[in-house]
Amino acid sequence: MSVFRLVLVNLGRNKRRTILTTLSVMVGVFLFCALGGVLDTLQDSIKVGSLSRLVTRNKISLVFPLPISYRDRIAAVPGVKRVGYSNWFGAQDPKDPHNFFAQFACDDVYLPIYSSDFDIVEWSKPQVETPLAPGADPKLQAYDQEQTACICGVKLMQKMGWKLGQTITLSGTIYPGSWPFTIRAVYKARKPSLGEETMFFHFRYLNEKGMGGAQLVGIYVFELNDPDRASAVAQTVDAMFENSSAATLTESEQAFQAGFVSMWGNVPFVLRVIGLAIVFAILLVAANTMMMAFRERTSEIGVLKTLGFRDGTIFTMVVIEAAVITLGGGALGALLAKALLEGGGFNLGGFLPPMRVYWGTVITGIAIALVMGAVSGILPAMSAARLKIVDALRRVD
Amino acid sequence: MAAVEVRDVRKVYQRDRQSVPVLDGLSLDIAEGDFVALMGPSGSGKTTLLNLIGGIDQPTSGAIGVGGTNIATLKGDALSRWRSRHIGFIFQLYNLIPVLTALQNVELPLLLVKMSGAERKKRATTALQLVGLGDRIGHYPRQLSGGQEQRVAIARALVSDPTLLLADEPTGDLDRKSGEEILQLLERLNQEYKKTIIMVTHDPHAAERAKRVLHLDKGVLSN
Repeated sequence: MSVFRLVLVNLGRNKRRTILTTLSVMVGVFLFCALGGVLDTLQDSIKVGSLSRLVTRNKISLVFPLPISYRDRIAAVPGVKRVGYSNWFGAQDPKDPHNFFAQFACDDVYLPIYSSDFDIVEWSKPQVETPLAPGADPKLQAYDQEQTACICGVKLMQKMGWKLGQTITLSGTIYPGSWPFTIRAVYKARKPSLGEETMFFHFRYLNEKGMGGAQLVGIYVFELNDPDRASAVAQTVDAMFENSSAATLTESEQAFQAGFVSMWGNVPFVLRVIGLAIVFAILLVAANTMMMAFRERTSEIGVLKTLGFRDGTIFTMVVIEAAVITLGGGALGALLAKALLEGGGFNLGGFLPPMRVYWGTVITGIAIALVMGAVSGILPAMSAARLKIVDALRRVD
Repeated sequence: MAAVEVRDVRKVYQRDRQSVPVLDGLSLDIAEGDFVALMGPSGSGKTTLLNLIGGIDQPTSGAIGVGGTNIATLKGDALSRWRSRHIGFIFQLYNLIPVLTALQNVELPLLLVKMSGAERKKRATTALQLVGLGDRIGHYPRQLSGGQEQRVAIARALVSDPTLLLADEPTGDLDRKSGEEILQLLERLNQEYKKTIIMVTHDPHAAERAKRVLHLDKGVLSN
């Protein structure tokens, strides 16, 4: 026996209540960490960007396109190494329309720009051996040769149950019609933040079948020779198109992602408020449980004091008891959020990287649980410490 | 020197706006090794006097000396420490911790002193053997009869070898046979182990076992 053992024994006194309180704290902290995970994922999506890459989009909004003719003019700006472009496709799998994933139509330069961020882990053999273009990936030769070829992420393949070489048919929403694609390569991201649930295919396919040759692109992405000159290059590009029908906004890839995240508006704030509201609600539950536990044991606390237990010892025992419940529940909830959300490969609609719960969020969740325990235990602990023995024993003769 | 010296002690409780005097200038000496029974009608102040002597309540005025210490001057932690060393309480309703075994209940007072776990266990076992429950050390209170529970409570009161044993109606919740066993045990503790015992009781039969019987009425000693 020790004082700590006495605390543990008290915890086991009403096992059902202890378990239910622990579970309520666990669920609360799980939700707090899950909501925090959404914020972490938004943060993560900003980190995808490279300092040596700039993104040019329509100045009015990302949803307005840019003419393809801008590519050569951007490529001619001093300091620009190579320019690629892509366009949001937004189709659905007609067999599973709610299982959304992102698709981008991109030119032949776009993927090589990102070659340091992913590896091609599966690829089809080319039907015809042809000389490789400078800088082209030999693993993508089959993809390059076929108009309807596409490249998919590993997780997308797993999620949809697709195989290399399979022909899939998507149903266009922005560009209506039935769109057959043949999977010619599979990529795996080097950085988790990049995500592995995206599909890439040839812009020329989209242009011919979906745009009627209009040649409009969503964004230009270009590499710089010297990242230190990013600001000057961006200004030069935007000045070039300032008075054209489609003025541009050029920014670093990180700023572009941050702008994309800002489209979420006040959602992060709302998530924080909801997270804190959950924590507060659970705090009240834990405090109520501790008050009940204390009330039930009033006479026992009187006995312990009669035996010589000091007020400080009683106070500490009650606070530790509350902290063990909330810390246990909090640690379970926080670690469960990390394991389930990251391990489960949750994806917030394909617009963002796979869901992340930073260790910082996990630790914050556990710390909040600990503080919750201390706060919920303080009130009953103070009452217990201040309790007069004669009142506790309820005998005044 | 007397084991207990009570000098001109007054105790007044405040109930709402009313002052309720319970003890009115009471003085009393109890010698070391004495066995005193405190009798009197309900509300006469028996338990209040016991609580004051045990240091779990404070007198409104007056002095209470136990083993030479004026406990009316002790407060907070000092009073708790003193209580753990000098007082063993036995309650009418035993007041054992239901989730602890007999042995763990008896060990409780020893958690407050520096002692190894093995030593604590040894002493608690000895105390339980002394009250005749050496074979029940692993039993929980719910697995014991009322008389056995009270014997565990006596073992808990004894285990730290206190100066004084204070018993508040120790047989009040027991049948006659069990009550008799408890009284025999208290008698034995007084005679063989020279323990000073103050026992509050309503039962004249129980009071007969004491060496001295004091009657309280309206806060004063009537004999």
